Amino acid sequence: MNPVNYLYLASLLFTIGATGVLIRRNAIVVFMCVELMLNACNLALVAFSRMHGNLDGQIIAFFTMVVAAAEVVVGLAIIVSLFRSRHSASVDDASLMKL
Amino acid sequence: MENLIALLVAAPLLGAAVLLCGGRRLDAVGHLIGTALAAASFVIGVVLFADMVGKDAEHREMGQHLFSWIPVEGFQADVAFQLDQLSMTFVLLITGVGSLIHVYSIGYMEHDERRRRFFGYLNLFLAAMLLLVLADNYLLLYVGWEGVGLASYLLIGFWQHKPSAATAAKKAFLVNRVGDVGLSIAIMLMFTTFGTFAFGPVLEATGETGEGKLTAIALMLLLAACGKSAQVPLQSWLGDAMEGPTPVSALIHAATMVTAGVYLIVRSADIFNGSPDAQLVTTVVGAVTLLFGAIVGCAKDDIKKALAGSTMSQIGYMVLAAGLGPIGYVFAIMHLVTHGFFKAGLFLGAGSVMHGMNDEVDMRKYGGLRKYMPVTFVTFGLGYLAIIGFPGLSGFFSKDKIIEAAFAKGGTEGWILGSVALLGAAITAYYMTRVMLMTFFGEERWRSRPTASPAEPSVEPAAEHHGEHAEPHPHESPRVMTIPMIVLAVGSVFGGAYFSLGDRFIHWLEPVTEHAHGHPPISALTVTAATVAVMVIGVGLAWLQYGRGPVPVAAPRGSLLTRAARRDLLQDDFNHVVLVRGGEHLTRSLVYVDHTLVDGVVNGTAATMGGLSGRLRRVQNGYARSYAVSMFGGAAILIAVTLLMRAV
Repeated sequence: MNPVNYLYLASLLFTIGATGVLIRRNAIVVFMCVELMLNACNLALVAFSRMHGNLDGQIIAFFTMVVAAAEVVVGLAIIVSLFRSRHSASVDDASLMKL
Repeated sequence: MENLIALLVAAPLLGAAVLLCGGRRLDAVGHLIGTALAAASFVIGVVLFADMVGKDAEHREMGQHLFSWIPVEGFQADVAFQLDQLSMTFVLLITGVGSLIHVYSIGYMEHDERRRRFFGYLNLFLAAMLLLVLADNYLLLYVGWEGVGLASYLLIGFWQHKPSAATAAKKAFLVNRVGDVGLSIAIMLMFTTFGTFAFGPVLEATGETGEGKLTAIALMLLLAACGKSAQVPLQSWLGDAMEGPTPVSALIHAATMVTAGVYLIVRSADIFNGSPDAQLVTTVVGAVTLLFGAIVGCAKDDIKKALAGSTMSQIGYMVLAAGLGPIGYVFAIMHLVTHGFFKAGLFLGAGSVMHGMNDEVDMRKYGGLRKYMPVTFVTFGLGYLAIIGFPGLSGFFSKDKIIEAAFAKGGTEGWILGSVALLGAAITAYYMTRVMLMTFFGEERWRSRPTASPAEPSVEPAAEHHGEHAEPHPHESPRVMTIPMIVLAVGSVFGGAYFSLGDRFIHWLEPVTEHAHGHPPISALTVTAATVAVMVIGVGLAWLQYGRGPVPVAAPRGSLLTRAARRDLLQDDFNHVVLVRGGEHLTRSLVYVDHTLVDGVVNGTAATMGGLSGRLRRVQNGYARSYAVSMFGGAAILIAVTLLMRAV
């Protein structure tokens, strides 16, 4: 199967994720969309690794997974404490820093 | 003998210091101290004069170096005096006439509680004027020049409780400042041109200097002279200066102050000789002022202001003569001296009349005073004959010479200047006769009743008239006032003849100012005849108008020219419209430019930055998703640009 198709899939996933980040208000959904974008990137890296015949891309994909796991821990903690203090998980409500 | 020169200045200066710092303890004797020190200065002057006359004409110049004032390399300012024939003439005039005025003031200011202070100021005036004429460099002259300005300010505003006097003093001071700026610029120009400002080196160096520079210096000196000598266009202060006590007017007009400008021009003769343009301007200024003052004098009903117009006009003659160059310098100074006598006499006479008339100055409320003030009448009358140039009296000799010299200037200029001078002589005769007739002849208009029959001479009005309408009781002034008037009258009668016979005055001044005999296009005899003829015409006109019939007590409306002349030919209106309004408009437009242009640039920059940042601030709306959009947008643009660059 042509590996370029994986790249198409990766860009499709990335676009879906980006759109979700931009248009959804729920912090959890936004967070999930961020994860989707990260994984689209991972897919692209693995596909490029396969196309170019070396393993660098696959190693970077592992790094990305580790970083994403750490990010999930911190991100979810922030969202939970935000929800506790404001009784809402909407990202638009967390706009105290605007003028 | 040289060491006496400093004493000339020191005596009145000491008087001023003692009287002004002495306090009330000196109130009783202040006037005596002041008069004694002025007289002492005069005695020293006479001693020096006797010594000078005893020497050859070439060795008469004396000098005294007191101390170095500002010794800086290349800039040497000394306090040093120079006494030559020109300074000597002024010293004798200033101290002589000045002392007489001091004596007169003892009587005139008798009831003024600030008399001591008055004498202190008078002494200061004399000291400053003596410093002015004795200085041997322009910088020291400038010190005296400013001192004269200060003393005149103090004296004109002596009755400072009157707002008009305070204003007049300020006006005189300010107008004089304009002239003083001219003198200071002239001195600076001299220093840059010649590297010095001592009379000797400067005047010697004029031969090798370009005409342009000389013209600039001469014009600046002329501006200074215009300020001090009340010449057009800086003449406006003189009329208002009449607010001062009458002896002050006599002092300002005869001995000090207004003569300073003529002195400056004659002293700087070499500079003016080197610049025909500046000389032409000088003659024009003199001729214009001569007519201006005379016309103003014709319309004034205030006796002192009429005399002030006359002074302006006579100084115009002197400036005209000084502008003529070597053919005129001697006559300018000669007229200055004779004028000093008769104008001081006239002012003291006017003061005496006011003294007897409850300080009334309106000539329309005088009349028929000759019966009550015989001495004043005779001395004033002699001064009057002298000023109109009655043959044989001093004004005749000096004025006639100036008119002759004006014709001798040659060409069209000579004819114009000569005719103007002749016309001035006619007007002088007219307005002085008017003053004379309105004051001493005619009905007794000061009586409050409908005119009593003139046939009751020397009957003093009884005391029953005291009260609201207390009519004046004209009486002769005390002897302390009449004696100076008599002395001055003698001077005004014989001075001119004494100076003229055998060309005494010319020989006396020739070593200093040089003298050239002019060649008038018409004979001297014709000029003299014309002068006498126009004088007779002027007198006749005045008699027709004021001598034949009664003079109305209320001033008639008069022609347009009369009304303008009553307002000093609109000099104040001119100054107000051109200088005051002009100045206001200038400052207003400058303020406008400042507000719109300068502030506009600064404020505009700030406002632009503020507006821009206000717009930029909107981007920071606090919504995480909009930040995300800009992030995505930015990333997309970056990628697009990168791809595009690679494609190209």
